[in-house]
Amino acid sequence: MERYDLAIIGAGPAGLAAACAAYENGARKIVVIERDREAGGILNQCIHNGFGLHHFKEELTGPEYAQRFIRMVKETDINLLLDTMVLKVTQDKKLHIMNPQDGYKIVSAETVILAMGCRERTRGAIGIPGTRPAGVFTAGAAQRYVNIEGYMVGKRVVILGSGDIGLIMARRMTLEGAKVLACIELMPYSNGLSRNIVQCLDDYGIPLFLSHTITEIKGKNRVEGVCVQKVDKLGKPIPGTEINFDCDTVLLSVGLIPENELTRETGIEIDHRTRGPVVFENMETSVPGIFACGNVAHVHDLVDYVTAEGFRAGAAAARFCQNQIPAYDSKRVTTFKCGDNVSYAFPQHIRPEGINKYAELFFRVKRPVINAVIELKSGNEVLCSYKRNHMAPGEMEKIIIPKEALETADGLLTISVAGE
Amino acid sequence: MKRLICILCPKGCHLEIDEKQGYKVSGNGCPRGEQYGKREVIAPVRTLTSTVKVVDALHSRCPVKTDSAIPRKLILKAMRLLDNVQLQAPVHCGDIVIENVFDSGANIIATRDLDKVS
Ligand SMILES: Cc1cc2nc3c(=O)[nH]c(=O)nc-3n(C[C@H](O)[C@H](O)[C@H](O)COP(=O)(O)OP(=O)(O)OC[C@H]3O[C@@H](n4cnc5c(N)ncnc54)[C@H](O)[C@@H]3O)c2cc1C
Ligand code: SF4
Repeated sequence: MERYDLAIIGAGPAGLAAACAAYENGARKIVVIERDREAGGILNQCIHNGFGLHHFKEELTGPEYAQRFIRMVKETDINLLLDTMVLKVTQDKKLHIMNPQDGYKIVSAETVILAMGCRERTRGAIGIPGTRPAGVFTAGAAQRYVNIEGYMVGKRVVILGSGDIGLIMARRMTLEGAKVLACIELMPYSNGLSRNIVQCLDDYGIPLFLSHTITEIKGKNRVEGVCVQKVDKLGKPIPGTEINFDCDTVLLSVGLIPENELTRETGIEIDHRTRGPVVFENMETSVPGIFACGNVAHVHDLVDYVTAEGFRAGAAAARFCQNQIPAYDSKRVTTFKCGDNVSYAFPQHIRPEGINKYAELFFRVKRPVINAVIELKSGNEVLCSYKRNHMAPGEMEKIIIPKEALETADGLLTISVAGE
Repeated sequence: MKRLICILCPKGCHLEIDEKQGYKVSGNGCPRGEQYGKREVIAPVRTLTSTVKVVDALHSRCPVKTDSAIPRKLILKAMRLLDNVQLQAPVHCGDIVIENVFDSGANIIATRDLDKVS
């Protein structure tokens, strides 16, 4: 059986960064296993710019960002195994893999990094009534067809959801000659960046309907139209507000879900809020020696943070291979609880012994706030507080927690956000 | 009077730009917003990203971009220009696809490597 120090599943930005960091930190026999025919992950189809402002201090397109890491990996002797699907990972770190050359085989590794990314929510996941004609795509699938395979998915388009991927696709379809009739958002605000609202919708005169949803998709074989209705505060359609659009295509941009079938099957603990594995400060999951990073752990909006997580996981995995991870005192673990207006916190656990001077905690708010005050509490005692002008669910937030604060806490810290 | 939202930071100030008073900007939370508001009304610029046809490569499209922002009014014209471009693999990230597009000073360049496949 082939043996590796480290096996990484997924060659997106998370997996590639993890491979580079593990190599730099002394791990040698590294394999990155990718089911696609090329490395780069979702970035290959994100041809728009806006990537890498934090990490490279310049504005790159998705493929350019991926290219930099692919080149770095190719300069090493890291084994990039493409066109290969990982079917199963066991707790003793045997990977069941399959590809056209070797068929089915099992390889073993001392450590594993999960970097499988996420997938899109589909129509089934949100339950729109109506017929089931052709012409309904997730925005990401449409992005792949248009940008990589080069064929248009429709001529008259309605987009459901105003997250960034939906907005980016509204512009992309327009540039390619389609007519985008409207972008429909259930919430009273958009989760997309205002830059994308301006440059993808306003520039092309595409209307954004807030507090609206698609209540019916019409058509027998192909989509022929949709009915859109205004919704009340509880999200229920209001009778008499129907607007009909004649369209042949509906793009769904209604959220992403971490891809964790493998993780679940391995028996790794999953957080129901992030829908990804529960991890410690070094990205280690509940199974020692198995790490997770990137969108498989929680959905990111900035690739720079994905890269940073990949580095952290890669460095920790290299230390694990060299038996450099100490046996931590299991009683000294800080766990984060979500208080008011916080939907999740990440990482779920921090061991004060595992950090230098401070720890980073990522989280999202449930609804937008201005003049926000973020509080970290142990019982009723406020240990740290932070101010932000503006916070929104679409923007992941980061706070820095000093090590002393974690050491004084009795194991459970609550994070909450107040404001207008 | 033109109204727009400043996109330079997450605060998203609502700007008002008065063309009749020398493009006077109000509503901006900081000086950067003033600059942005003026430019958006007088001569907005955008980076164009798209794809062009490529042969003998793993995919049939190669992603491209303008290497600096071009006037917004040139975007659709540039798109039509790209319809007629066909690249031949191998392509290297940074290769110039169209030089100095419409005299804007910007080049359209490839944004990834594509090896030759037979
Ligand atoms: C459509 C879209 C648009 C985005 N736009 C922006 C943007 O404008 N700016 C920005 O900063 N960020 C953007 N992001 C966010 C950022 O690009 C992603 O968060 C980042 O690419 C995630 O990296 P990743 O490596 O975790 O996942 P991915 O890039 O998804 O990579 C995961 C890889 O794992 C592989 N894989 C999965 N399962 C298996 C298996 N069982 N066996 C083998 N291989 C497997 C997949 O094929 C894939 O290549 C966008 C994200 C998406 C989805
Ligand atoms: S004007 Fe200044 S503070 Fe307001 S959104 Fe623009 S950059 Fe931010």
